[in-house]
Amino acid sequence: MERFRRTASRRCPLSYHSRMSTALDGEQSRDDRRVVEVDIPSDVAFIETVVELVRRECQVMAFTRRQIMLNVPVALTEALSNAILRGNGDDPAKNVHVRAEVDTRRLIVEVGDEGVGFDLDMSERDPTKPENLNREDGRGLYLMRKLMDRVEMVEVPRGSMVRMTLNRE
Amino acid sequence: MSFSIKREGEVVVVDVEGQLIVGNRQELKQKVLDEMEKGEKKFLIDFSQTGYIDSSGLGVLVSLSKKIREQGGELRLANLNDDLKTLFELTKLDTLFQIADTRNRALQSF
Repeated sequence: MERFRRTASRRCPLSYHSRMSTALDGEQSRDDRRVVEVDIPSDVAFIETVVELVRRECQVMAFTRRQIMLNVPVALTEALSNAILRGNGDDPAKNVHVRAEVDTRRLIVEVGDEGVGFDLDMSERDPTKPENLNREDGRGLYLMRKLMDRVEMVEVPRGSMVRMTLNRE
Repeated sequence: MSFSIKREGEVVVVDVEGQLIVGNRQELKQKVLDEMEKGEKKFLIDFSQTGYIDSSGLGVLVSLSKKIREQGGELRLANLNDDLKTLFELTKLDTLFQIADTRNRALQSF
């Protein structure tokens, strides 16, 4: 059956230029898929709003309570704050792009910034080692990896992007 | 999201309402530091009304714990729900903090 895509624009709660679209496949069965796309300026005040948008879609797709209350919000907050504070250097003139695709099998969320990116393999120090427990920083990437099934850097023409995948339990 | 501060005997009790994340962690830190400036030494942070905590929020708790200890004080945490407990276990911060199941138990432990 030929599939079609319907895009529905909704008023987005973000005050800056932003857009959110929901794309649904024609099939309402297992191929049902929702897409959220938002651009936000580099300001940590926007994090909670974006997290709520993505959480809501995961709820619709019947992700577990723990995934909705812990995995998704914490890992996404980490990715967003990393993009805002490190990637874009907290510069409100620079944007962070978020694209989340959710279906009944998994969430794939991409967070892109205008920075140069970093090497995931080189960026990790084990924050659970006794000598690191008293450090204030260094738990962000660790939590992303622990709370998501996959975390990867994606090559993009401009800036950098992290892609996280969480399989529905 | 907000932080409310009450006194229970000699203990300063901070309720974290909503999230403790990168956007508001400094507010919590400042509130506790202000109380320390006044000479307070015993602190209890109650998470019964908390949604989620990110790495910045955890970092602020670590920082406050150190500062309170350095001034001869004590910090206790209470009322972590199962998700928050998992977060502390994943980061092994459950070994760094004294965590009580209830506010009363935490208050009695000082």
